[in-house]
Amino acid sequence: MIALLIRDLRLSVRAGGGFGLGLAFFLIVTILVPFGVGPEAEILGRIAPGILWVGALLACLLSLDRIFQLDFEDGSLDLLATAPVPMEGAVAMKAVAHWLVTGLPLTLAAPLFGGLMSMEAPGHWWMFLTLLLGTPALSMIGAFGAALTVGLKRGGLLLSLLVLPLYVPTLIFGAEAAARGTAGLDASTPLLMVAGITAGSVALLPFAAAAALRINLR
Amino acid sequence: MELVVRDLTVARGGVPVLEGLGFTLRAGEVLVLRGPNGSGKTTLLRTLAGLQPPMAGEVSLPPETIAYGAHADGLKAQLSVAENLAFWASVYSTGEIEGALQDMNLSGLRDRPAANLSAGQKRRLGLARLLVTGRPIWLLDEPTVSLDTASVALFAACVRAHVAGGGAALIATHIDLGLEAGIFDVTPFKADPHRAAEPGGFDEAFL
Repeated sequence: MIALLIRDLRLSVRAGGGFGLGLAFFLIVTILVPFGVGPEAEILGRIAPGILWVGALLACLLSLDRIFQLDFEDGSLDLLATAPVPMEGAVAMKAVAHWLVTGLPLTLAAPLFGGLMSMEAPGHWWMFLTLLLGTPALSMIGAFGAALTVGLKRGGLLLSLLVLPLYVPTLIFGAEAAARGTAGLDASTPLLMVAGITAGSVALLPFAAAAALRINLR
Repeated sequence: MELVVRDLTVARGGVPVLEGLGFTLRAGEVLVLRGPNGSGKTTLLRTLAGLQPPMAGEVSLPPETIAYGAHADGLKAQLSVAENLAFWASVYSTGEIEGALQDMNLSGLRDRPAANLSAGQKRRLGLARLLVTGRPIWLLDEPTVSLDTASVALFAACVRAHVAGGGAALIATHIDLGLEAGIFDVTPFKADPHRAAEPGGFDEAFL
């Protein structure tokens, strides 16, 4: 299974692999918002946690359809299904690879990009912390959606429609925790909720995604 | 180690294509599947490989013995020949790729990205994957497509060596590989296509 993770990471940094694409998209979103909203530091600082969360979520969505689609098209998904790797493990590894390529860079960059949104000092750490807890759930839920739509022509749009509603709880609690933390209030409840959503998706969704893949491969 | 198929019915898209199949494949044997296009050879192989459930009947084989070679080779265009092969070698925990590269005459191409291979070279790499799986039973679906005569001979030699080493192979092919092989023609087992699957399964929509 580690071999699969290494292969996916290697593919993502080779030509056309899409490494950094989500990060660049995230940067552009955070640059565009001040243009649209205006330069008042007070307004920007107040909406920054929400904008950064929405931007991270959309950036995550960009590369979701690649998780299984490419392997399905070149036949390696069939071969993986007959290989001595449990499908659940393969799904989990693919989600981990997606998080390392997309979620982790977003998490590391968010405190930096927060500066573009006039974010005040403790806010950076709250963005980092909430994204660190929340982005694994985004990758795992996304992998489940990708498993459901694998094999559909132009499944990318359907995937977005399926996955975005499922992202809502993570977004609500993540942005809430970041906003409360930035404002100096107690943020432990939404923070625990985000952590709970991540733990739940990581525990359950590999099984659901593997079942969806098995049916799609028939 | 033997693969026994009893009274097997296989379906494609919920429609039965072959029924009442029965054969035995023992260690050291090669069985060639024959049948016109669309007769269900691929469906049979996919069922035996465990990618889809049989509609009826029984397949018995020891666990972890199947290596499936599909129409598609499952190669990653951005990875080199050696990297592609090394990935499968580590998935199957065999780790050794030099022998397979040599047997399929790929040693000179080991650092070339799979994107730059010809169709025949890609096929040879796909077949080399079988050698690194270390699995005894090979299920091969049209393995010789886009191979030239010399490569077909190379492949036949690999199958011969595999079988001599106690392996077995079930090969769907239209050409004569020059192997000592039993022939299993699927044509008489054609199922009645109008007798569709009984509805009611919860995954009906996915069939």
